[in-house]
Amino acid sequence: MTAETVEPASKVELAPGVGGGGEIPSFDITLKVRRYNPEVSEEAHWDDFKLTMYGTDRVLDALHKAKWEHDGSVSFRRSCAHGVCGSDAMRINGRNRLACKTLLKDLDTSKPILVEPIKGLPVEKDLIVDMEPFFQSYREIMPFLINSGHEPTRERLQSAEDRERFDDTTKCILCAACTSSCPVFWTDGQYFGPAAIVNAHRFIFDSRDDAGDMRLEILNDKEGVWRCRTVFNCTEACPRGIQVTKAISEVKNAVLNRKI
Amino acid sequence: MAVSSEIQAPRSGRVAPKYTRHGSSRGNFEMLAWLFMRVSGLVLVVLIFGHLFVNLMVGEGVHAIDFGFVAGKWADPFWQIWDLAMLWLAMLHGTNGVRTIINDYADKDGTRFWLKTVLYAATAVIIVLGTLVIFTFDPCPPNAAAELLPSFCPAP
Repeated sequence: MTAETVEPASKVELAPGVGGGGEIPSFDITLKVRRYNPEVSEEAHWDDFKLTMYGTDRVLDALHKAKWEHDGSVSFRRSCAHGVCGSDAMRINGRNRLACKTLLKDLDTSKPILVEPIKGLPVEKDLIVDMEPFFQSYREIMPFLINSGHEPTRERLQSAEDRERFDDTTKCILCAACTSSCPVFWTDGQYFGPAAIVNAHRFIFDSRDDAGDMRLEILNDKEGVWRCRTVFNCTEACPRGIQVTKAISEVKNAVLNRKI
Repeated sequence: MAVSSEIQAPRSGRVAPKYTRHGSSRGNFEMLAWLFMRVSGLVLVVLIFGHLFVNLMVGEGVHAIDFGFVAGKWADPFWQIWDLAMLWLAMLHGTNGVRTIINDYADKDGTRFWLKTVLYAATAVIIVLGTLVIFTFDPCPPNAAAELLPSFCPAP
């Protein structure tokens, strides 16, 4: 939990002297985007875009270029474009990632780059999925501070150790990369999903919160933590490097310790 | 045109029916099943390797196994309990594992129901039959054809 998340090493080394105002190397890529428009056809298909991109560009920049210069109907979500808002989670070369945090030079640019919507949620158009089922599970675990004591006139103080206990799970940006990488969630969409459990963990282990028991009771459901098969897809998918599977295991242990 | 004064919450009531959870389940069944898998798994490692060692390696090893060997083992309550524990734990452990797989992979409720019915029926038959055999095993059943019986059985 204390370890810093290390960014993967770059596969394409920029020549020395490049950067710092010098010329940025460019390369050609093929971007294959999964297209779906229910107003035109119930069938989804792939569209190829041949683009010239730069060493500093991300997948999101390639999508922008495709939309702004080639086909204005390409649809996807993005807001901040800097890995904070969690809008642009998508399946890039078969892995759930944020388009705004995936540099093109780190992908294999000799092959087409596949961009699909995240799996397990209903696709609305192109790369846009209906996030409501995801947020429904999130709301169910009551992601807000519940404290039955008197409201203090100052802030609620907490020791550094108590804060450290749930530090990892405060990093969640609700991008749904974890939940939509979970094979149990793909089956029937009934499972609460990793993101809801991570956000429950954030409050269950918060010393200022009093509703941990209620949240543990909610997650002791048939569709709660016990459906986790420790596949670790969620941990691998998380763009914030949250140890998701570990957090789920901690919640499992908390449910067990409470009951036994 | 009349304008409604009530503003609907954004996207309210828009969750696809597939995702609506079929009510919350009370009780600890899933938790106990999860715990049972871990505990029974640990116990089974000891039971199965003990079983393999005693049957295949001690004394004459695998060559000693015949009706008489099995009858000799089950004459001792220690091995009766050992094998009974192994049978029950392995069957329940395996059944629970397959139940989990059915839950994860069957996407229609009907499919899920019938697969589980078949699974539970098969489990019940094997557990009952196995338990019966452990306690009533007779290497020399009366009225059996002589060529099917082991050599140590008294002549009919």
